[in-house]
Amino acid sequence: MSATLSRPRAGRRAFTPGQAALAIAIALFLAAFLILPVATVMYVAFTEPGSGAFTLVNVWDAFRTELFVRSFLNSLYVSAATVLLASLFALPLAYITVRFHFRGALLIQTLGFLPLIMPPFAGAVAMQLLFGRNGTVNLLLGDWAGINIPFMEGLNGVVFVQAVHYFPFILVNLSAALRNIDSAMEEAAQNLGSSGFRLFRRIVFPLALPGYVAGASLVFVKVFDDLATPLLLNVKEMLAPQAYLRITSIGLADPMGYVISVVLIVVSVLAMWLSARAIRRGDYATVQRGGGGLARRRLGPGQAALAYGTVGLILALVLAPHLGLLLLSLATIWSFSPLPDGFTLAHYARVFSDSSAYIWNTVTYASLAALIDVVLGTAIAYLVLRTRLVGREWLDWTASAALAVPGVVLGIGYLRSFYGVTLPDGRPLASLWLVIVLALAIRRLPYALRACHAALQQISVSLEEAAENLGASKGRTVRRIVVPLMAGGILAGFISSFATAAVELSATLMLVQSNADAPLAYGLYVFMQSAAGRGPGAALGVIAVILVGACTFLSHLVIERSQRTRGRQA
Amino acid sequence: MQRRSFVLASTLGLSGALLAPGARAQAGKVTVVTSFSKDVTDPFKAAFEKAMPGVTLDVQNRNTNAGVKYLEETRGNNQVDVFWASAPDAFEVLKSKGLLQRYTPKATGIAPRVGSMPTNDPDGQYFGFAASGYGIMWNERYARANRLPAPKEWGDLALPVFHDHVAIAAPSRSGTTHLTIETMLQGDGWDQGWRLLKAMAGNFRTITERSFGVPEAVNSGQVGVGIVIDFFAFSAQASGFPVKFVYPTVTTIVPANVGIVTRAPNTAGAQAFVEFLLSPAGQAVLLEPGIRRLPVNPEIYAQAPADYPNPFKDPSLGARVRFDVDVSEKRTAVVDTLFDQLITFQLDALKAATRAIQAAEAALEKKDNAAARSLVREARDLIAAMPVSEAEASGPAVAGAFGGQRAEGPRQAELEQAWAAFARERYARARDKAQEAARLAR
Repeated sequence: MSATLSRPRAGRRAFTPGQAALAIAIALFLAAFLILPVATVMYVAFTEPGSGAFTLVNVWDAFRTELFVRSFLNSLYVSAATVLLASLFALPLAYITVRFHFRGALLIQTLGFLPLIMPPFAGAVAMQLLFGRNGTVNLLLGDWAGINIPFMEGLNGVVFVQAVHYFPFILVNLSAALRNIDSAMEEAAQNLGSSGFRLFRRIVFPLALPGYVAGASLVFVKVFDDLATPLLLNVKEMLAPQAYLRITSIGLADPMGYVISVVLIVVSVLAMWLSARAIRRGDYATVQRGGGGLARRRLGPGQAALAYGTVGLILALVLAPHLGLLLLSLATIWSFSPLPDGFTLAHYARVFSDSSAYIWNTVTYASLAALIDVVLGTAIAYLVLRTRLVGREWLDWTASAALAVPGVVLGIGYLRSFYGVTLPDGRPLASLWLVIVLALAIRRLPYALRACHAALQQISVSLEEAAENLGASKGRTVRRIVVPLMAGGILAGFISSFATAAVELSATLMLVQSNADAPLAYGLYVFMQSAAGRGPGAALGVIAVILVGACTFLSHLVIERSQRTRGRQA
Repeated sequence: MQRRSFVLASTLGLSGALLAPGARAQAGKVTVVTSFSKDVTDPFKAAFEKAMPGVTLDVQNRNTNAGVKYLEETRGNNQVDVFWASAPDAFEVLKSKGLLQRYTPKATGIAPRVGSMPTNDPDGQYFGFAASGYGIMWNERYARANRLPAPKEWGDLALPVFHDHVAIAAPSRSGTTHLTIETMLQGDGWDQGWRLLKAMAGNFRTITERSFGVPEAVNSGQVGVGIVIDFFAFSAQASGFPVKFVYPTVTTIVPANVGIVTRAPNTAGAQAFVEFLLSPAGQAVLLEPGIRRLPVNPEIYAQAPADYPNPFKDPSLGARVRFDVDVSEKRTAVVDTLFDQLITFQLDALKAATRAIQAAEAALEKKDNAAARSLVREARDLIAAMPVSEAEASGPAVAGAFGGQRAEGPRQAELEQAWAAFARERYARARDKAQEAARLAR
């Protein structure tokens, strides 16, 4: 940690007893629900098969295996390339909608968020039917021009799909950051003669950098650790799929899968640490609040056409999978043809008749998990940025490491740790649905944490000092000053956690104990295992997307409202 | 700050208070862990609950591997009554871990053997309730557009016309595909079987990581031809997809099974469910269009549609290979890992070599050349070469490395790296030889 002039200044005392108690409580929570369960599974990485003695030979083996080295390099390449492509999607959308008077900005912010909610399996089939080798696009291209574009082939296919899937992380965090910039900053720059791209490059973008880095680092780590997309494209020579394939195969009690998981966790934490370092060099906080974000500009007719064109094009591309999903849910048979053979509503009827419990469960689990996440996220961000507690960064890194823990490892770890614990009525603790909520909360905590962290980084500590000088206690300052100013970031975190928790499958699949307690993703999995279940599965997927989309829209509405009120009050 | 911790504590407390009274294990609930899809389980659930009023069947869907892991992890406080899945090897794993109860079904009319396999586990721990065979499924629209002929035998899939059109699930991921591979190896012999497998693999478009990935790709027309278990094709046909299916001569008919879990909370209910599956009423459910599996009670076929395959009448179905479960079990992990290291993770290199050989052979069709012919033969031998012999594959030095036990021989990771390097080097040489042959033939 290099000392710089701009390091956020903490209070006079290193920390208060309350802060220490909070830190300990969070550490205990993480230990109980993340570190211990994962350790019960992961320790195999460092043991000798059979004897169980400690050894590092497995790690040495992994680095000598050509397949793993190749997988590691592939994963690095895909993650880095995805961050670039995702930025290309996210930057224009965020900038145009936040910066200009733009009809439908709210709708675009919501729509731009939807790609994050790609229901498992059903989304994959829909993508293949649109962009696959014999998907709609290629069948039409083949008829018209005799060409076939490999959108979904190999590593670059993974980059394309991942960028479409995960760019909302950058969009959400960057938009929140842009909204937090005070127009006074911009006006000052303009008064000094800066304008146009220079204004964006020197003032606006640097001030929004914490949000961008928060999003970009999430995309990097998420793509590095993601296995759904590579598996959907049948790309197996990447690190996360290798770990997953090994861990979930029967009879292979070999440590290699766990070694790879350890590598995944180390790289993820390293990436988070690097991004934190990159940000630490500057000070992004601005003192003034209440300007209601950047001044909104009006667009000239030419500019407007360009802006709408760009936004329309990006949205069409990133929302295509959802269009495919919608078609699939309405299709009778769709096989080797640009469009389905016929349309029907029967799949929705079937889903509503026997799966409505899934929907309710999903809303309950995902919102409880997201609530836990933003509370923890805000608390950890506060401890890291505003106190001098020893080892406070470890809270951040530990929580972030959850991103890299394969869901199935967490699931097995939970069964091992909590199945032996019995409730008064004799049932195992792990059979309570609350355990699913906790698993979801742990898995999605990094999203909320990054968003809260970025939001707090943008708030100058002098606002809090002012409050304290006026006699407010620390607790009151947090409640009346910090949390309200962070509201946008907290909401962004809530949405990210909620939306992704709603379609999470890998840990859930291990933990679901009865159909009555199962969430939607599980229902989807059950449907998507048979030819006849494809339509109902897609219908359930559409319902998940609409559900999460509606929640996102509401949250955006809340952000806009609060900002407008604040702007008026100022 | 106290307030802060209070917020945290109250959130957790609140979630605690919200705990629903939940699905308390009621009397008459039978809990089943299964890998079968909703289309299979729903009709059985409905029929069973109708036959046994007051009893509910709670179906938990997990894929076979996850289901086995789940039973293992939760054995200390088991809440599951029945395990219900296709792959016999999963039941063997459960049996070897002492997770299944012994039981003697009372149902009558069940054939003692189906194909060349006994219907029930000889030790009475799991019971076949339906049979399935492996074969080739293809999409008619795709085949028409790409001018693919209708395949009949495994060997057809090695023909150049099928290059890049075939899909399979990785045997390490799919119990059913593992049995298909093992059947080929037992039917054609170790060396000849692998030669055929790799010749087919040179035409693979994709190797999926779950069984249903293959029929899914064929149904949607992303891949033309798939190697699948029969009911995937039959149920797709029943749902209206334009697909066809054929059993090759070297196939085996394998029972799908059900077993009662050790210390089941509701053993009586579990037994009732097993009896129901084996009763005429339960067997008849198998004929439903969405399920389409082969009953193990030969009399039920009288109720089946005319073209329904009947292994008890059709002697060609699954009779040629006498499947040896012991041989299969000893080398399961070795066969799967060989497939992964030689084929799955080297697919690009293998396809490049195969493509070069197919090009050279096409050139030789036009203009023959003895030197080129022998180069092509050498290239084919290079692809077919195996790093381990049949005896080694089930021997202690190799198989021992995969047991999760401490072994004297090399570690699993070392073997894998060696096998991968073996294949990579030979596929590269095969490609060079084939390209050389093509030059000579030109």
